[in-house]
Amino acid sequence: MGNRCAVIGVGQTHYTTKRRDVSIAGLVREAAVRALEDAGLTWKDIDAVVIGKAPDLFEGVMMPEAYLADALGAAGKPMMRVHTAGSVGGSTALVGASLIQGGVHDRVLVVAFEKQSESNATWALSTHLPFSASLVVGAGGYFAPHIREYMRRSGAPDHIGTLVAVKDRLNALKNPYAHLKIPQISREMVEATPMLWEPIRYLETCPSSDGACAMVLSSEKAVTGTPAWVLGTAMRSEPIFRAGRDTVNPQGGKDCAADVYRQAGIADPRRDIDVAEVYVPFSWYEPMWLENLGFAAEGEGWKLTESGATALDGDIPWNASGGVLSSNPIGASGLIRFAEAALQVRGMAGERQVDGARRALGHAYGGGAQFFAMWMVGRDKP
Amino acid sequence: MPSEELIAEHVLEFPGGYTRTTGPVIGRFLTELRDGRIVGVRTAGGRTLVPPLEYDPDTGEAVTGEFTEVGPTGTVEGWAWVSEPRAGHPLERPFAWALIRLDGADTALVHAVDAGDVRAMRPGLRVRPRWRTGRTGHITDIESFVPEVTRIVSPVRTEYRVRPGKSLARFLEGIERGIFLGCRCGSCGKVYVPYRLSCPECGVAITEETELPDTGTITTFAINNLPDPRAPEVPFVSAYILLDGADIPMIALVGDVPAHEVRQGMRVRAVWVPEEERTASMSNIRWFAPTGEPDVEL
Repeated sequence: MGNRCAVIGVGQTHYTTKRRDVSIAGLVREAAVRALEDAGLTWKDIDAVVIGKAPDLFEGVMMPEAYLADALGAAGKPMMRVHTAGSVGGSTALVGASLIQGGVHDRVLVVAFEKQSESNATWALSTHLPFSASLVVGAGGYFAPHIREYMRRSGAPDHIGTLVAVKDRLNALKNPYAHLKIPQISREMVEATPMLWEPIRYLETCPSSDGACAMVLSSEKAVTGTPAWVLGTAMRSEPIFRAGRDTVNPQGGKDCAADVYRQAGIADPRRDIDVAEVYVPFSWYEPMWLENLGFAAEGEGWKLTESGATALDGDIPWNASGGVLSSNPIGASGLIRFAEAALQVRGMAGERQVDGARRALGHAYGGGAQFFAMWMVGRDKP
Repeated sequence: MPSEELIAEHVLEFPGGYTRTTGPVIGRFLTELRDGRIVGVRTAGGRTLVPPLEYDPDTGEAVTGEFTEVGPTGTVEGWAWVSEPRAGHPLERPFAWALIRLDGADTALVHAVDAGDVRAMRPGLRVRPRWRTGRTGHITDIESFVPEVTRIVSPVRTEYRVRPGKSLARFLEGIERGIFLGCRCGSCGKVYVPYRLSCPECGVAITEETELPDTGTITTFAINNLPDPRAPEVPFVSAYILLDGADIPMIALVGDVPAHEVRQGMRVRAVWVPEEERTASMSNIRWFAPTGEPDVEL
């Protein structure tokens, strides 16, 4: 795994539908400044910048990293852009961490953003290229059949998705940065919302958000403040069209989890991990990923959700922050998972803090559930 | 026959209009307006009144002779939307009457805000005056206030010349003839459709073509309630269809069956457009429709 790496600063913007008061540069700057303040550092303390975002077609800005170099204090420093679809926020953190672990730099600023209000992600994801052999219907239309197949295979009752939709929105009420704040959220309310891509209801999907998240990563000798130590990092990908590919429980996700658990010494994730921030953009992905990530046996994930184990007061809280279901600046969503995991083990998660969290999982996925990025962070130095 | 009610139109207007002597305070304000500036007057208590008043409404004292330039930007404190402007209104299109506190002022000025749409109005909206040319020293020298520029539209358009590529072109040739062309990997034996030139599992080149029937099984599906240009109606079903003999499903529309009667395991067959309408395009297949055969166990 190379040299030790720690998260020493986290900065987030308040996620919202439209940040009309700032440019894209102003948005990423806001998150970066907060991360630097958290670390007690200034721009001159940063050696390199890694930036991530989802497709350029979302904002229509080609190579935004070039335009954002000044806003991120990157003049005269290495700067690179990462893009791995929806998992990009996670991959961005991992590329930054690798620069520390490889001994290349001592302090790296990682930042990811999306300003969805500048266009429409569903439009950008379904551009109807000529000569297509396949019907593509945006993210919800893509994932709905796989959720239906999960329900068939596992025999999960219909209401499991609504439980997650409620739980994550209740958690969001404790997170000052969360986008969706629905104090009166209830199963009845979720079930009363229309089916968009059946079996996915309106309130079982993530919102469209503007926002940015940043972290300062540090080598052991350059640590300031309260560190969250990186215990393991892994990325995996698999082709979207492959005969026999399991789209419900993808091999890439299982392999990625096994790798990161091995590095972090996790034998039983449910027992050994205190809190997990997992990319759940549609509520049913909680039970699906509970199985994919080894928190439950295949077909049993929904029982964990139903039992309340993943609630903030359960034995393995998932998405204490409110998760992607409550805030979704797409390119940043993965980095937010990784940052929230770090905040938990640093004991800096405010009202959404899980008491005594020592080891946390950050997870992101993207594309047609084919790109995976994960890290484990801990309070104690590995 | 009842007698008609007696009605007459009547106008009361002093010929040439009334005059108003302004006095020094209001006169200064209007003189500055004529020059494209907005000023307020200070009170003895240190407040800046905009528009200026001759006498401090708090104390009844005369205001000081001290004038100070304010704005030109101000903040909307409240408004009423006028959706149907009348003849005497400053604008002919819908607008807001707004209380605007100009930067540096302690009081708000009433004026029109040309915001285009009521949804653009909010407390805290920052606005600037739009000046009239040929000013005369009148409050209407400001035609209206307009929101600051906070957003632009940036049209981006890229034109492509797209070719389908060798394998997809070959597949679409088949579709033009009413045939699903697939291929079999010589290494793992998996049958792919659409036809492709390499195996995503083994990485080897695929050379064996194979024709597949236009029948298959729905493995899973979504009922889409959002409109799509390629779907005839809402809701529409997009399904993973495993053609008989294939090892990978294709995503396609399902039709000729109510959306909520579609099932996983349902047997379907492609519905082709008439031969004379066919082109090298997937639009040759309207959708897949149930065959009526018993469902397949998945």
